[in-house]
Amino acid sequence: MSTTHHAGPVGPTRLLAGLSGGGRASLASHIDQWGRIPDATPGAILDALDASGLRGHGGAWFPVGTKWRSIRKAGLRTPVVVANGAEGEPASGKDRLLVMQAPHLVLDGLALAARVTGAGQAYVFVPAEVVPSVRDALAERTARRLDPCPIEVVVAPDRFVAGQETAVVSTIAGRSPGLPTFQGITSIRVKGVGGRPTLVQNVETLAQAALVARFGPTWYRSVGTESAPGTVLTTVSGRWDGPRIVEVPLGTTLARALGIDPAASGLQAVLLGGYGGGWVRPEIALTMPFTEEEARARGTSIGAGVIALVPTGICPLAEVARVARYMEGQGAGQCGPCVNGLDTLANALEHLAWRPQGLRGGAAAIPGLCDLVEGRGACRHPDGVARFVKTGLEVFADHAALHASRGPCAPHAPFLPVPNEAVRGAVR
Amino acid sequence: MSRTRFRLVVDPIACDGAGVCAELLPELISLDPWGFPIIATGDVPPGLIDHARRAVTSCPRLALTLVPVGS
Repeated sequence: MSTTHHAGPVGPTRLLAGLSGGGRASLASHIDQWGRIPDATPGAILDALDASGLRGHGGAWFPVGTKWRSIRKAGLRTPVVVANGAEGEPASGKDRLLVMQAPHLVLDGLALAARVTGAGQAYVFVPAEVVPSVRDALAERTARRLDPCPIEVVVAPDRFVAGQETAVVSTIAGRSPGLPTFQGITSIRVKGVGGRPTLVQNVETLAQAALVARFGPTWYRSVGTESAPGTVLTTVSGRWDGPRIVEVPLGTTLARALGIDPAASGLQAVLLGGYGGGWVRPEIALTMPFTEEEARARGTSIGAGVIALVPTGICPLAEVARVARYMEGQGAGQCGPCVNGLDTLANALEHLAWRPQGLRGGAAAIPGLCDLVEGRGACRHPDGVARFVKTGLEVFADHAALHASRGPCAPHAPFLPVPNEAVRGAVR
Repeated sequence: MSRTRFRLVVDPIACDGAGVCAELLPELISLDPWGFPIIATGDVPPGLIDHARRAVTSCPRLALTLVPVGS
């Protein structure tokens, strides 16, 4: 046992405090910084997780202790645990940064999850670009026999829906790579990889769990609020040149966390939760307590922590249309309502953005198209697009009226990142 | 004694929009503009269970199921 006493970092910078800003932290420097993975029993780890109030930062914000307990009770088959770092969202980069620079913190969380659930196999599901970092880290750990079960790396396909739980399971099982499957009413927590109870947990959440296990729930709750403790990693674009990863204490305001004066922000909207999230007026987004509950009360979600600050002077309807078309193309192409509905929806939005006169029924017809796709896919992809579009049309209602009366805005450079975009502004 | 309650669940990946279910159970199933079923939420009323079973067994893609709801 190490004789060095490690205290948790003081203040609102926790996960990012551990990053050197350069390359991957070696096992030696990781242990030097955070101390060894604690020797606690499964029961003690679960109690600490429950008491900490840690929730899943992959997007669903489900209580972590509750999720891990549900796996432990799932019968005699040894479970499978998965660190999910797929991060298919183009505007998100926090999971890549964490896995690239602090893989051992993520792997510590995965090892704890394996210990608590009694897992016989663990997987790290990450994009190809961060695989070398994970493999090097695993080699260091194997030599020291740090982990309670074998850990295998599986490459996450570059696809928006690849991180959906059922897509993670089917990719690991070697079936449809990156494509969601229909689970009916049976959760993958009961029947996942190989028919085994499966825990799929976001990589940042695992890193947070590794800190809770080390420093305890009281330390975890020393930042944030009573009902929303701790910090969350976010990917912020529109504030500085290029996107930046920011660790935000929950319950604070974005005005404070990002250093923006809400009275003179120069913003026309804030996108919270990414392309499956929702639009919020800047004066609200910047001054509301930054918590999942507050975001949900405003029709969106913190989701996986994407925050896009959209300045005035760009056409928000063009942004909504570009992203909707991208999301249509990112669907798995498996479910009729999503295949047909998202294409129809993207067409309508492209008209609204660039040829508003040609839109039958006007902008008023679009929310009904959202209703037609919501809840009707095997995964949550269409639901996210519906939320993105509906909240956009609410926040940009005045702008849509301008398009209807005066025609579209002058073309400008795109703002929100959309990979491999076809000719912009094209209307089919 | 409580009778088992059922819900209709469609597998949206298997479904190819044949539309047979909406013909056999129009009370609970309508079709969207592309011919894919929209299932009414909630339990299947006891009086419609036989019709629901017929819709389930008639689906050419075996995409429709009656799922018992925890009593």
